[in-house]
Amino acid sequence: MSQTVEGLYYSQTHEWVKVEGNEALIGITDYAQHALGSIVYVDMPEEDDELTAGGDFGAVESVKAASDLIAPVSGTVLSVNGDLEDSPALLNSDPFGTWIVRVKLSDSSELELLMTASEYTAFCDSLK
Amino acid sequence: MKYYDKLIFELSKEGRRGCSLPPDGWTGDLGDIPQNLRRQNRPALPQVSEPDAVRHYTCLSGMNFGVDNGFYPLGSCTMKYNPRINEEVASLPGFASVHPLQPDSTVQGCLQVYHELARALSSITGMEEFSFGPCAGAHGELTGLMIMRKYHISRNDLRRTKVIVPDSAHGTNPASAAVCGLQVVQVKSRPDGTIDVNDLKPLLDDTVAGIMMTNPNTLGLFETEIREIAELVHACGGLLYYDGANMNPLLGKVRPGDMGFDIMHLNLHKTFSTPHGGGGPGSGPVGVRAFLAGYLPCPRVLPDGKGGFRIGRDGELSAGRVSGFMGNFSVMVKALAYIWTLGKKNIRMAGPLSVLNANYVKESLKDSYRLPVDRLCKHEFVFDGLADASSGITALDVAKRLLDYGFHAPTIYFPLLFHQSIMIEPTETESKETLDGFIEAMRQIAREAAADPEMLRSAPHNTPVRRPDETLAATRPVLRYVPEVRTE
Repeated sequence: MSQTVEGLYYSQTHEWVKVEGNEALIGITDYAQHALGSIVYVDMPEEDDELTAGGDFGAVESVKAASDLIAPVSGTVLSVNGDLEDSPALLNSDPFGTWIVRVKLSDSSELELLMTASEYTAFCDSLK
Repeated sequence: MKYYDKLIFELSKEGRRGCSLPPDGWTGDLGDIPQNLRRQNRPALPQVSEPDAVRHYTCLSGMNFGVDNGFYPLGSCTMKYNPRINEEVASLPGFASVHPLQPDSTVQGCLQVYHELARALSSITGMEEFSFGPCAGAHGELTGLMIMRKYHISRNDLRRTKVIVPDSAHGTNPASAAVCGLQVVQVKSRPDGTIDVNDLKPLLDDTVAGIMMTNPNTLGLFETEIREIAELVHACGGLLYYDGANMNPLLGKVRPGDMGFDIMHLNLHKTFSTPHGGGGPGSGPVGVRAFLAGYLPCPRVLPDGKGGFRIGRDGELSAGRVSGFMGNFSVMVKALAYIWTLGKKNIRMAGPLSVLNANYVKESLKDSYRLPVDRLCKHEFVFDGLADASSGITALDVAKRLLDYGFHAPTIYFPLLFHQSIMIEPTETESKETLDGFIEAMRQIAREAAADPEMLRSAPHNTPVRRPDETLAATRPVLRYVPEVRTE
């Protein structure tokens, strides 16, 4: 039912990573936005914050639940998506086109621990 | 239900009065109040006649739904019937007309209520001592954790800063621990929501202040390994906190003190039949085992040594004061009335009957709704959406459609272990006929999901308000009436 995009990396906690050189964009997947329902608030880190793979870097709040954002990779926050402050619902309408943070990767070998689109699809199917 | 959506401000007519006030003798001297703090305009208070005011609030009350209107199976909330005798007793002048600053000697009856209620709760829970300061469940959790923290600190055991909370817990558990300045460590639950002892073991060391548990858990399942969990936590030097939210099925049958818990709170407004969910206020007394009695918040009612009672002040170890005076007194009167009305023999029936009702509804509906954990439940259980999910009908659609049939919706989307949680708690005060009516409505909704899903998606159809825009309500709430400013 939920969509994926080829070429992105996926975590078991339903974040995606789009790598651009030694930088990466991080967002949440279609599966995640679907499970959360209408998103009303995104709690984001600040520039220069350090992300540690596996640690939380913010939270997404929906009308149903609040859920931590778990960093799929480690790195330094270069910028956060200010559009989400006024329009958190962008994560519902365009989850793969709406990044939450841009980070400078500190260890690109961490990407090898993440899933491909087809692996992630299979992972989501296994959750049903 | 007659639709009525007026604000009292909208009924206001200039100069209309409901009562005659004595002449205003104020001279107009504002003294030292700085200019910038002085009101420039008159407050826009509503001006209505007495009949206008009475009709306004009567019409509004007709828009309400409570246990007095019908079945209210809101999971984890124990919406049992609130017996009228509770209200009658609490409105006796000796209880209703006292002031909290009266001398102890003039309110001995009220102090005796605290004493008797503590004795009754002590025998029901196995906790030797109670404090009635906390005004609701989460307030009780925070107070309990303050006691836990104070206990470790007073023993100079300063490394204990972690509180273990199962991932299936009520959200208030980790929130209370965080507010108390403790670090929350999650322990994963098994697919049935119970704690996995093997996952718990590696977390137990000398940095653990304690564990918070609800038993039965949020899926209504009893944690059968509680004795082993208690031994493990105690062996590492931690304490066990019991969240009393789900105490109802254990009432008169099982005591948290006997399970190995050291600290707990009770929701008098749930388990002991006092009004809540708009009719509150609540009360969340905290009980402890004898070795923690000195840490309870003060003031507390203590024997005065002459056959009466006195209000005792803070001891050296006490976690301190957690509310003005000693909590919500009238709620305690009602809880004691409930306990004494039922008596020792009948109160033992409340828990088993709540379990019977829950299992009856669960077994009757498990063909129509997906039951993720199919075993004997306690007072509540959780469905994960419809058995036939092909229509795409969600827990929200089912809940909205139930309103059309005159029932309050169950708790939905909690616990978070499933995507389409529908959490049902019937309580013991419902008749078989009421439960059958609810079961038939739920089955009808399952049939409608297959036959006419569009109708379900647009439900409710018979309520004054259909589906509010929840996103807009959360992000752009209109919380204030803005009157036309009058400048005369």
